[in-house]
Amino acid sequence: MTFSLRNIATAGLAAIVATPAFAMEAPANTAPAVAAAEAAATIAKGDTAWMIVATVLVMAMIVPGVALFYGGLARTKNMASVLTQVLCVASLAMIIWVIYGYSMAFGDTGNAYIADFGKVFLKGVTADSGAATFSDGVEIPEYIFIAFQMTFAAITAALIVGGTMERAKLSTMMVFTAIWLTIVYFPIAHMVWATGGLIFEWGALDFAGGTVVHINAGVSALVGCLILGKRVGYPKEAMPPHSLTMTLIGTGLLWVGWFGFNGGSELEADGVATLAVLNTFVATAAGVLFWMLGETISGHKGSLLGGCSGAIAGLVAVTPAAGNSGPFGAILIGAVAALVCFWFVTMMKPRLGLDDTADVFGIHGIGGIVGSLGTAFTMLPGLGGPGAEDYNAMAQLVIQAKAVGVAIVWAAIGAAIAWFIAKLITGGRVSEEVERDGLDLGEHGERAYNY
Amino acid sequence: MKLIVAIIKPFKLDEVVDALTGVGVTGLTVSEAKGFGRQKGHTEVYRGAEYDTSFVPKVRIETVVADDVAPKAVEAIAAAAKTDAIGDGKIFSIDVSSALRIRTGETDDTAL
Repeated sequence: MTFSLRNIATAGLAAIVATPAFAMEAPANTAPAVAAAEAAATIAKGDTAWMIVATVLVMAMIVPGVALFYGGLARTKNMASVLTQVLCVASLAMIIWVIYGYSMAFGDTGNAYIADFGKVFLKGVTADSGAATFSDGVEIPEYIFIAFQMTFAAITAALIVGGTMERAKLSTMMVFTAIWLTIVYFPIAHMVWATGGLIFEWGALDFAGGTVVHINAGVSALVGCLILGKRVGYPKEAMPPHSLTMTLIGTGLLWVGWFGFNGGSELEADGVATLAVLNTFVATAAGVLFWMLGETISGHKGSLLGGCSGAIAGLVAVTPAAGNSGPFGAILIGAVAALVCFWFVTMMKPRLGLDDTADVFGIHGIGGIVGSLGTAFTMLPGLGGPGAEDYNAMAQLVIQAKAVGVAIVWAAIGAAIAWFIAKLITGGRVSEEVERDGLDLGEHGERAYNY
Repeated sequence: MKLIVAIIKPFKLDEVVDALTGVGVTGLTVSEAKGFGRQKGHTEVYRGAEYDTSFVPKVRIETVVADDVAPKAVEAIAAAAKTDAIGDGKIFSIDVSSALRIRTGETDDTAL
């Protein structure tokens, strides 16, 4: 009972950053009991150890995970460009995160949409600062909370590269990332995960970032591919992936790293974290098989790229549900997401004429929507979920839908502004000549392969 | 002297080389090639995007042999490369006017 209540009340990964500084600065009328509980909080070494591991696992998802996943889908002439863009965008996000991003998302005060600038340059944070977990009196060092959340900002920015790769300039991606983090990512992370955040207070369930990371990245990439336009020759010229081997390696690294992403979002090394890890296995496995089943049913051969795509769809969908679902609910959500994403990517996308190169919207956007809405149902005790007996799935679905709606609208408008400014400053895309010769030579003066 | 050019299925390469050495061929050049004949290409599908690939991977063997060896070499290739399926390949024979071994300066048949 307390188990399920906690999950509902804290909406998955709730980032209640209660540092000693916060306790000291709290208004005098703060309930004495709360102040006492915070004063008594201690750093849990076991939880801290797990969070360090989880944080570096998420790093492996970015470089080399996402980099190789996208790189394999690109053509040989653009391989180094894709790898470089992922590397640089993620690096920039990390720097911005510690300068002002963390403060904007998780600062001590603020409103429903954004925190404050009180922790710019991590002001006031020391090795003794603690960040609250979901257990009273149990904290992890604020530094590891900052680092863990930093990897989330970095991977979300890196995911967007897939929508505009093979034509966007590196400089465009860098300017876009700086603006986009500031006006889209930090506010949405605050709204969903910080105490007092708009969506957090609605009670929306988002364990590890279905809205903040996946819907956000998917929609922002979609806006980018619309603003920058299609690649030269798309869709008439053949543009097959240059190395499905690389894509499989990237898929594997993403899958492994995702255990840190989802399991770490519990912020503690406890039973819910292990549930998230188990769900991250089985939802992904279901995604692999059901995407390939979709291929087979629609008259095609089951393909490796299909299996890898299904894995990502399953991973994306289980992200908001990771600790808010039983293992069989996770299988269900992974399977449904894979089929819906398969339908969108193979049947809807060609009709819409979108050149979302690596299907960031088709898989992260659509999969994130399926996962965020589906989490309302995976909570059901009847599906093995952690919801209480009187859990009302339809009421929760309304909240989930509202959260999805806010994420889509905010990301679409904010990303459009960021893309527009980035395009204005940097030109947006490389010249047609560079695009034909490949961005490796044109943008970086090197080739990914010399043999 | 004749230049024999054979386009064959890649997996038949070892058998063809064995057959050629069996009839006295002492050297040859192999390259990977792509092309089409009556055997058309294939279709590849990546996330629903279908690409028709009209060129099929083949191996191209070139060897220059003395006139009397040429018919035997052509027969040897044909026998070794044959699978009775479409796409087995083709063999061409072309007259060669001269040959020179660079190291010794030997010419024509002695240079082979």
